[in-house]
Amino acid sequence: MSAPKVTVLDYGSGNIRSAVRALEHVGADVTLSAAPEDVLNADGLLVPGVGAFAAVMQGLKDVDGLRMIGRRVAGGRSVLGICVGLQVLFEEGVEHGVRTEGMGEWPGRVERLKADVVPHMGWNTVQAPQESTLFEGIRDERFYFVHSYGVQDWNFDVTQPAMRPPIVTWSTHGGPFIAAVENGPLTATQFHPEKSGDAGAQLLRNWINGLR
Amino acid sequence: MTVAIRVIPCLDVDAGRVVKGVNFEDLRDAGDPVELAHRYDRAGADELTFLDVTASSSNRDTTFDVVAQTAEEVFIPLTVGGGVRQISDVDRLLRFGADKASINTAAVARPQVIDEITSHFGSQVLVLSLDARRTHDASTPSGYEVTTHGGRKGTGIDAVAWAREAADRGVGEILLNSIDADGTKQGFDLAMIRAVRAAVKVPLIASGGAGEPAHFPPAVEAGADAVLAASVFHFGPVNAIAEVKKAIRDAGFPVR
Repeated sequence: MSAPKVTVLDYGSGNIRSAVRALEHVGADVTLSAAPEDVLNADGLLVPGVGAFAAVMQGLKDVDGLRMIGRRVAGGRSVLGICVGLQVLFEEGVEHGVRTEGMGEWPGRVERLKADVVPHMGWNTVQAPQESTLFEGIRDERFYFVHSYGVQDWNFDVTQPAMRPPIVTWSTHGGPFIAAVENGPLTATQFHPEKSGDAGAQLLRNWINGLR
Repeated sequence: MTVAIRVIPCLDVDAGRVVKGVNFEDLRDAGDPVELAHRYDRAGADELTFLDVTASSSNRDTTFDVVAQTAEEVFIPLTVGGGVRQISDVDRLLRFGADKASINTAAVARPQVIDEITSHFGSQVLVLSLDARRTHDASTPSGYEVTTHGGRKGTGIDAVAWAREAADRGVGEILLNSIDADGTKQGFDLAMIRAVRAAVKVPLIASGGAGEPAHFPPAVEAGADAVLAASVFHFGPVNAIAEVKKAIRDAGFPVR
């Protein structure tokens, strides 16, 4: 079996080299690109995100990323958002009083964490539900977080009886916040699996195993 | 569920080798940085810090290579400091595989550079490296003075006030190094940690003076979110990281 093809969306966000290396390390055939043929045709698309919510949204718009992510999700093809790449999937972000519209795949607002020490920086535990496949074999591990903002409420209404509700994994810093979401083709983590050592590698492996 | 106390080995790199001195002088060879980085990663280090302790630009390029080689195989956060003066320096470090940059002298000379870097890359990318020493000078009311150039130059600036200003300007964390304690192996400067902890809300990394595992828990009790050391890992027992983590865990704090 050939290696799964993963494109890391290149839109000028932070240290994407480590995401590329970590995916290669777990056996993916990785392309760093924003070209539509690479983004749309890959088995999996990884959307990194470092910096401010508004800057990430703008960067995604500049490469037509929002539309391409939307097309992949509509077609049932996997997308993994990391850090601010998770945050922009929600309805809106509020940073320094500035409100920015997100992609709105999930309801909720990204707001400053209510903790004594912010940014939340370091290795924290998560509470992954039993049905999670992303955290299979690594439920008791710690993952590396670095962020000042997060989604602290989850109000996802399942209106269709046939619809499977998203699987939500929580963590705590000051209060609970969303550490990961698994929702059909759309997966996202607030922490950085590419910087989370062996546990992060296993998470990426779990994601890649679900690609085909 | 709380975030773990981070244990961070520090690799002072000079011309492609890891060196370590006492009070920033008498540098002693401690090995190949890429090899050491691998070893510390396998031993459970939570993060790695490279400090480029050379001034020459040719040696600086060697450090970039070290970072790039390390980032290829080591999947924990890497911080790099030394010679960071402007946005383009941070950009270059990130491209070579660093996750964070630490800044010291250039920020003291022109604090505005903190705002520039963090508004471009976010707070999480910038660590303020604060080399402080005790003073008995009325101009530094906290009793601690900021130094630059590896502790060789005093600035007359109050260290606690500077920590507060840097945090307000947007640094994501503060690496607090005691010049007096550095290399002495007599333990951290706990009063200094407490003073800075009381002044800022960003994560605080304590550095300087660790000689044995028992020295680490008091630094955490004093308010450090992370502990950084060099000699105790380079020249101590092979399982020093595990021993340090055990000491911190036994004192009731979470570790990875």
